[in-house]
Amino acid sequence: MTAFDQGSVTLATFAPVRSKGQRWRRRYGVAAIGATIILVWFVIALACPYLTRYGPDAVDVSLRLRPPSAAHWLGTDELGRDVFARLLYGSRISLFTGFVVVLLGAAFGTLVGGAAAFMRGRAEELIMRLTDLVLCFPPIILALAIAAALGIGTTNTIIAMLVVWWPKFARLAHSLVLVQRSQEYVEAAVVIGLKPARILARHIIPNAVGPLIVLVTLDLGNAIITFAGLSFLGLGVVPPTPEWGSMVAEGRELVEQWWVAAFPGFAILSVVLGFNFLGDGVRDWLDPKARQR
Amino acid sequence: MRAAAPGRTAPTPAVLAVSDLRTQFFTDAGVVRAVDGVSFTVGAGEALGIVGESGSGKSVTAQSLMRLLEEPARIVSGRIHFQGRDVLAMTPSELRKLRGAGMAMVFQDPMTSLNPVLRIARQLVETMMAHGSFGEGEATRRGVKLLGRMGITTPERAINSYPHQFSGGMRQRVALAMGMSNEPALLIADEPTTALDVTIQAQILELLSELNREFGTAIVLISHDLGVIAGLCSRVLVMYAGEVVEEGSAEAVLSDPKHPYSWALVNAVPRLDRDPTAGKRLTAIEGAPPDPLSEPPGCRFAPRCPFRIERCSDHPELLEIGPGHKSRCWVTQAGASLELPATAPLSTSPVAGEVGLATEGSEPGEGGIVALVRSSPPRPISPSGRAFGAPKERPTDLSHEGRGEEPPFPTPLLEVRGLVKHFALPKRGFFEPHRYVHAVDGVDLTVKRGETVGLVGESGCGKSTLARLILRIHRPDSGSILFEGNEIAQALPGTIRPLRRHLQMVFQDPYASLNSRMTVEQILDEPLRVHGLATTAAEIRERVAELLEIVRLDPKSGARFPHEFSGGQRQRISIARALAVKPSFIVADEPISALDVNIQAQILNLMLRLQEELGLTYLFIAHDLAVVRHISDRVVVLYLGKVAEVAPAKDLFAAPLHPYTRYLISAVPIPDASIERRRERLRLAGEPPSAVAPPSGCRFRTRCPLAQPICAETPPLLAEHRLGHFAACHFAGQF
Repeated sequence: MTAFDQGSVTLATFAPVRSKGQRWRRRYGVAAIGATIILVWFVIALACPYLTRYGPDAVDVSLRLRPPSAAHWLGTDELGRDVFARLLYGSRISLFTGFVVVLLGAAFGTLVGGAAAFMRGRAEELIMRLTDLVLCFPPIILALAIAAALGIGTTNTIIAMLVVWWPKFARLAHSLVLVQRSQEYVEAAVVIGLKPARILARHIIPNAVGPLIVLVTLDLGNAIITFAGLSFLGLGVVPPTPEWGSMVAEGRELVEQWWVAAFPGFAILSVVLGFNFLGDGVRDWLDPKARQR
Repeated sequence: MRAAAPGRTAPTPAVLAVSDLRTQFFTDAGVVRAVDGVSFTVGAGEALGIVGESGSGKSVTAQSLMRLLEEPARIVSGRIHFQGRDVLAMTPSELRKLRGAGMAMVFQDPMTSLNPVLRIARQLVETMMAHGSFGEGEATRRGVKLLGRMGITTPERAINSYPHQFSGGMRQRVALAMGMSNEPALLIADEPTTALDVTIQAQILELLSELNREFGTAIVLISHDLGVIAGLCSRVLVMYAGEVVEEGSAEAVLSDPKHPYSWALVNAVPRLDRDPTAGKRLTAIEGAPPDPLSEPPGCRFAPRCPFRIERCSDHPELLEIGPGHKSRCWVTQAGASLELPATAPLSTSPVAGEVGLATEGSEPGEGGIVALVRSSPPRPISPSGRAFGAPKERPTDLSHEGRGEEPPFPTPLLEVRGLVKHFALPKRGFFEPHRYVHAVDGVDLTVKRGETVGLVGESGCGKSTLARLILRIHRPDSGSILFEGNEIAQALPGTIRPLRRHLQMVFQDPYASLNSRMTVEQILDEPLRVHGLATTAAEIRERVAELLEIVRLDPKSGARFPHEFSGGQRQRISIARALAVKPSFIVADEPISALDVNIQAQILNLMLRLQEELGLTYLFIAHDLAVVRHISDRVVVLYLGKVAEVAPAKDLFAAPLHPYTRYLISAVPIPDASIERRRERLRLAGEPPSAVAPPSGCRFRTRCPLAQPICAETPPLLAEHRLGHFAACHFAGQF
């Protein structure tokens, strides 16, 4: 009761009422920045051959470790490859793996978790304890072990990541479906005489999907950084494929030649930040309470 | 309840004086004038009631008094003087001193107004120490005393408990103890009993009244329930669309309201002290409160007002029309009283068709609807059953007099025998045995074709579970459910599915019972498709429009989403969905308890009309006894999963046999101050025992004044004591 305090607001000292545009910017401004970053990276991924005259794998040992210049905007690496070109081409694999891992992981996890919550009983127990089991392991270590066992390569790394990726979606979907299940509109659907599959597809999932979309958006950056991390450790891509994580790895010993590691690092940072900003915006947008303000 | 109200006899200096208070919400869509020029005073030790429907500004007024508002709400003008000091000019530290010490507030929901992670002691002692008047030891001692004063048994133990260890009523007592801990001059109670059962409500109201008397604490009681106000308050403010529309003594406002809105509120509620058989229709005013973003320039109530005159396009002022009685209405200010023409006395006839009076059945277009319904008659009824398809064949007066010669409803539509449902609770430990909630524990119930059976009981008595068992949302543990001769208690989902056409449900929460991602048309066409009642798009569109018309919604609103409708309209959609498959039986689980009184009256009238037109049979679940008596032919009283009493509605309320029923009826407040003050109330002490370990023998024995050793040993059987009047009590009728 006494916890409330609205400060020393008196009648005379009201802040001016914000306009509609100001409110929109307050709410979605950061998300718009995030969306712009992501959009720019998408354009780059699609158009990279037109954005640089160097190929990502064009080796020229005579030009190795040149600092940024007019010819090589971000310098060159140990093999004389243009860092700028490799950075642009690297966006393709980062975005691709991010989307594949998150979308497949979310689809599988949602299906499994949703089905568990809908079926209840033994099946639910089994599925959810299995989920807990996978969640027990530190994800990057487990992915590392699986990727190492499967061998280096993009596909194998994606598979390894998928194994550790689905449980969080299964947990979330499970709890969301559990909440929706006991809602009166679901009981109404039962009373009407709908079959369980239709109730799940038509009633429960559409109402449970909001938080899943938020998690997907926020998780894209997470997947990208994990893949880059695995590549940094030498597991992700097969050289000489351009990839940000492995580029950082190549540059990590080169303290003098900071540009080799720094620029791919910034690229990772910007993509992850972009997805996080966007994810926050999506969450606000889907949350009717936050929307009212 | 009170012999004389202080503050009414001799005018005392005002504790609180509010003048021209305006609180506005600055939303994206525009400025909402939630409180628009409200003035009132509260004398020392006075109890003032504020009534109005949701959105009328009563809660915002209360929050403004303590300056508890947050962005985007702002107090834009006005004066609030508390004990002569200007509340709006106070600094934060002065405000803190005021809150709790000078003015305290008790909120509606005792589940959320206490901090769940702190012990009661901590919260209570903190409140007292915060104002520096007590040390910790003294505060704790006082806390124990206060809890005891609030009627909590073993307060020494209670003070060291956490809020979740208490029931709702007990938490509200704790909240009251916190509110009273610094002996405030004014206690604001915002719907303090709305979340509670009637018997608990009666206890809390009694307590408030004692606090008002003993401590001389002034009370501002906010409620939508006129009965609650009638017992406690000496003066009443009626609010509508942010304005005070009437102010006067509780007696005057409730018995002779001088504003059409108050008049409508008073007349919309069924009352236990009035005979309902004379006319089943309630007075419901049409429409909804004005859009808070664009209120009409004249009288804000005029668009809905049955007494509207030409002058109402000018905005009326709140003027004195009698000693201490003010009204914001041109009609009564001109000296007229609010009565409908003698040709159509409202409370007694369903045909009081004045302008704007939606006593269902009098509206234009009614004939059309009936025709529409007839063109698609209800499904044929079992060979022995009478056809109830045509409206006239159902006895509208429900013939209580006719009982004895021949039973008015010959064929049972639903027969429930010995129904049991226990829910397993999570185990406390791995080796602990499972514990069960005895939600429904051997219930017998018969519903005859064409009748309405009311099912009442306090929360936790198993009434909602019973509904869900009958509809086979849950599967009973044992017992039988015979619906139209089909045994469905243990039937497989596939066997029940075709039967669902005849057995439908209307749910309590109009916000949760409609899928918010589907349009109204999608919601209504689903049952049609599932049961193959309409297949082509044109057929479906036609039937959806027809359904919307039957429940008095715009037939063109099919493309809209549920969130675009108000609570009452959503409940109409929910009813339309149930009607889509042309059922013979509808279970209504508290269909009106989430709605404002006027909307309640509209929905009740709608359900009564549909029953006449479509020959429906209802199982009507409610906790409001007046409503149940109003709509039901027979009433079943449940207590802790068992039937306590079954009787025709009239007999049950006139001469209840089970002590529990007597207590329940006595706890219902009557919206008439003079009656309420004179009333001798039976006080049911304590709270219902846990359904996990229900008492042996008679379940009510732990609270029953008649309890004898036999009550603990033998569970009483449900025996017929009078014709059609059953009670499960060893001492039926002796209380």
